[in-house]
Amino acid sequence: MRRFFGFFKRNKNKTSTVAGDRLQVIVAHERKASSQPSWMPKMQKEILAVVAKYISIDRKDLKVEMSNEDNMSVLEISVDCPLDEK
Amino acid sequence: MSSKSKRGRVIVVTSGKGGVGKTTTSASLATGLALKGKKTIAIDFDIGLRNLDLIFGCDNRVMYDIIQVMNNEVKLHQACISLNIKDTTGASTDKNLFCLPASQTSDKTHLNVDKIGALIEKLRDKYDYIICDSPAGCEDGALMAMHFADEAVVVVNPEISSIRDSDRIIGHLDTHTVMGKQGLKMPQNLVITRYNAVPESDMISIDQITDILRIDVIGVIPESKDIIASSNVGIPAIANQKNVVGQAYMDVVERILGNDLPLRFLNANRKGFFRKLFGAK
Repeated sequence: MRRFFGFFKRNKNKTSTVAGDRLQVIVAHERKASSQPSWMPKMQKEILAVVAKYISIDRKDLKVEMSNEDNMSVLEISVDCPLDEK
Repeated sequence: MSSKSKRGRVIVVTSGKGGVGKTTTSASLATGLALKGKKTIAIDFDIGLRNLDLIFGCDNRVMYDIIQVMNNEVKLHQACISLNIKDTTGASTDKNLFCLPASQTSDKTHLNVDKIGALIEKLRDKYDYIICDSPAGCEDGALMAMHFADEAVVVVNPEISSIRDSDRIIGHLDTHTVMGKQGLKMPQNLVITRYNAVPESDMISIDQITDILRIDVIGVIPESKDIIASSNVGIPAIANQKNVVGQAYMDVVERILGNDLPLRFLNANRKGFFRKLFGAK
């Protein structure tokens, strides 16, 4: 009986659904990356180097993004700082 | 379309990933358009690794190639190979189908954007449809194949890496083409190949693919051993109109020509007991 239900469970957790979900994430990420200016990775690296001189942060704590809103471009830089650094 | 109604339409067949069926699709679409009376040329952009000539069965007639034409070493008409392909209904491509092969040597001086642009312009005056068979990848050859296109056919397999690569190529269609640089949206359609609709295959569905890629499906080509057979003998798959693959490709041709047909062959065609009994197809 367990096997019987296991069969249905397996059917619900189809690998194609997993593939679809993975693709949604990958594609969204890559679309964002390819819409960024070509100098972005270099600038990101340099900002990280400067901030890291004063605050101990990781690569993942820094977010640099360029977006277009109406007729202007917005450069957004955000740093997640650890609380004890204040 | 209206401003250049008497000019040939350039369609790029692309995919990013290799082995998904670009060349098979290019050959069949070009043949189908010619069978419908449209003067059509298929160009192989896979410099150094040409294969379109094999699928058309004209590999023994290749004398000159696109690089020689581009460099004005030979005349255009000398390099274009005329193909007479008959389908199973008795229709023939008559004097409507041509193939322009790629070169088999790849030196550094290969595709030049201005020279290819001039060549495409020449072809627009002579043909109704110019099918550009793109190489895999997203480098020179692939970018050149799409550069002057008016329309794109993106070939994708219902498979995770093929879908991801297609998305990258779709991005290039919007940025690395004449149309894209003019701020125009190039019409883009999907042809899903190697579609295997048995429920136990756990294949990524058509809905999932269109959800992710956000472009319309212009054709679904079922997985079939007949594709290999047609490549083996050098006759494009569309010539066999007794087979679902040939019919599915002909549906794509009809849709390219503007006829709005519903998608077919989405379910596995397994003969049931009664169908077997009564011999229905």
